[in-house]
Amino acid sequence: MPTLWGYSISAARSIDYDKNDPLFRRWLAIASPSSQLCIGCGGCTAACSAGNLTEFNIRRLQMLVKRGESRETAEQLHKCMLCGKCLLVCPRGVDTRQMILSMKRFLREHDQ
Amino acid sequence: MYYDPFVLPFTIGLTALLLFLIIKYIRWIRTFRKSERRKIRKGIFSLKTLRSIGEIFSECLLHRKIYRTNPFLGYMHTCFGLGWFLLIVAGKTESMVYHTSAVNPPYFAIFFRFFHPAKETFPYSNTFAFITDLLLLFILSGLFLALAKRLWSRIVGMRKTTKHRPLDLLILTTLWLIFPLRFLAESFTSGLRGGGSFLTNNAGEFFARFLPLEQLTYPAWWAYSGVLGLFFILLPFSRYMHIPTEIVYIFLKNWGIKQGTKFNAFSEIQMYACSRCGICIDSCQLNSSLGMDTQPVYFLKKIRHQKEYGHLIENCLLCGRCEASCPVGLTHNALRLAKRPDLSRITKNTYSYAKNAAAPAKMAYFAGCMGQLTPAVTRSMEQLFKQAGVSYTFIDKEGGVCCGRPMLLAGNREEAAVMAEKNRAILKASGAEVLVTSCPICLKMFREEYGLQIRIVHHTEYIDELIREGKLKTVPSEQRTVFHNPCELGRGSGIYQAPENILKSISRKIDTAFDGKKSLCCGGSLANTSIDGKQRNRIAGDAAKAYAAYKPDVLVTACPLCKKTFATASDIPVKDIAEVVAERCRP
Ligand code: SF4
Ligand code: SF4
Ligand code: SF4
Ligand code: SF4
Repeated sequence: MPTLWGYSISAARSIDYDKNDPLFRRWLAIASPSSQLCIGCGGCTAACSAGNLTEFNIRRLQMLVKRGESRETAEQLHKCMLCGKCLLVCPRGVDTRQMILSMKRFLREHDQ
Repeated sequence: MYYDPFVLPFTIGLTALLLFLIIKYIRWIRTFRKSERRKIRKGIFSLKTLRSIGEIFSECLLHRKIYRTNPFLGYMHTCFGLGWFLLIVAGKTESMVYHTSAVNPPYFAIFFRFFHPAKETFPYSNTFAFITDLLLLFILSGLFLALAKRLWSRIVGMRKTTKHRPLDLLILTTLWLIFPLRFLAESFTSGLRGGGSFLTNNAGEFFARFLPLEQLTYPAWWAYSGVLGLFFILLPFSRYMHIPTEIVYIFLKNWGIKQGTKFNAFSEIQMYACSRCGICIDSCQLNSSLGMDTQPVYFLKKIRHQKEYGHLIENCLLCGRCEASCPVGLTHNALRLAKRPDLSRITKNTYSYAKNAAAPAKMAYFAGCMGQLTPAVTRSMEQLFKQAGVSYTFIDKEGGVCCGRPMLLAGNREEAAVMAEKNRAILKASGAEVLVTSCPICLKMFREEYGLQIRIVHHTEYIDELIREGKLKTVPSEQRTVFHNPCELGRGSGIYQAPENILKSISRKIDTAFDGKKSLCCGGSLANTSIDGKQRNRIAGDAAKAYAAYKPDVLVTACPLCKKTFATASDIPVKDIAEVVAERCRP
């Protein structure tokens, strides 16, 4: 159908509400309200100590959670060193460290 | 045999209290680790015990440290502590002189004026009467101040006093009634049969004029004994548990017991040793800037009375200001940290991407994550190293692994240990004998958790040495500077002199009320994950304003995180001490 109208859906960019689990997202919105302020600028990732030498990408991880895809976050999040650099560069005042700690707590509580 | 049924409430109360305390302390100490119990055994017969007794005298009785907060507050505590103690000693001595025996029951000394027929004199009986009257007056004057403190706390120099529970207020009343009742009982007796000295004797004569002392005297002794007994019975359930527990804490502390990473029996002893004096409230910027009740007094109280305290665990900057002001000397940072859960889930492979290599040199420089965010600081340091002609290796120039302290402050000790292992390997590969850090957070971590056998200094100490050895030639200036000592540098690592030396030699350093241990927290501390950006900014703004009141040209700090935090909140320029020195260095 979509191709009929001249556009296509890229799987990487779409949010599939049938498959995704909104639990983590909803929980994060409450546990870390400032995470809602993120505009996805990527400043955090640019500054990130852990991302300096690896593929670790904190902006991507939080975006995935917000899309309801927590698998990659569960696999990657422990690479964050909680150093706080991202917190200092975020232009939107997202309390990234607190957000990451909340995410860790969620993962622990849900055994992921 | 001297006996009267009215002594029963006192005697029963005292016996019950002593039994309770002995059982409680033995049960606590039995859960200590073997190594700690060995420390206690070793410590008992050493000078440490004598030192403890000295400390108990000056802190539990004199309350010397409280005088630093306010002389009136100190006097009030001295009245109760020292006054009561001396009253007991004087009473006991008096009873022994009279009875010519040491083994009279405790109540005999306490209620001596009841049992002793006033007309009968014994050696120094007048002197004893005078001394006990004087002491009673001393305590009553303290009581007057305590009353005033309840009504108007600023009298004793406190902006806020602790909010107490109803039970605590009941026992407070009991305590306050003890001495007026003693005064009445002794005065009535004196009015009836004579005896006493300038206070009770005159008061007795005065009361005799219009009161039926025949009917009142005996009930007054019952009431006095009754409130004493009630006080002893209530003590274990109230904050006054701090009186005996502080003594135990001082002994244990001096024998070498330390607060570990777990909240254990020693933590409970600390918790009970808190007198809830409330001095920590005024020292905490979460109170003064944000009006939050998260200070140790509330934190420990909630834990002790099994109230919900989860939200307080994270809501602390671990700035150490309360610890520095606490008259009991409790280790609040360690206590708060012990309550943070360890959610670690990494393995040694997590950081395998970082190379275990660094260029070899005698000195290693570690900027740290925060240092990386303040290129002006690292540039200045590199300039200074070059000008002083020292060879160095910049081990995290291309980024690296965090020192681990922010992770540890979040409770995750295991992960922090993995990071430490990684950095240890990199340091070892460099072969450095000295490690210089720009960030005091890293400094504390390297010093306390890495177990390194090399010298670890902060750049303030290193620059100070370079200047004093003549390796750096500085040109003094007329610039007015105020120094903000970062929490982890001053209170955290005990570094006060080096920044003082540096700034005095290159600028006109202005002394402030926030120098040394009293320095303010910038609010940026990574230890607090509970407050948000706006709240941090308010703390930073208030602190910056307090320093700006001294009208400096530049606010100097020595921590990249403090610099960053102040930068957005301060109206005057903020610089790291390394930058200021670099500007004043002759090439
Ligand atoms: S706290 Fe974690 S995500 Fe943020 S910069 Fe440090 S390592 Fe990266
Ligand atoms: S820096 Fe802040 S706004 Fe930008 S992506 Fe990261 S969290 Fe979002
Ligand atoms: S923690 Fe220290 S300063 Fe605070 S109330 Fe207790 S004894 Fe006083
Ligand atoms: S450590 Fe600092 S922030 Fe925490 S309670 Fe004490 S004074 Fe307040």
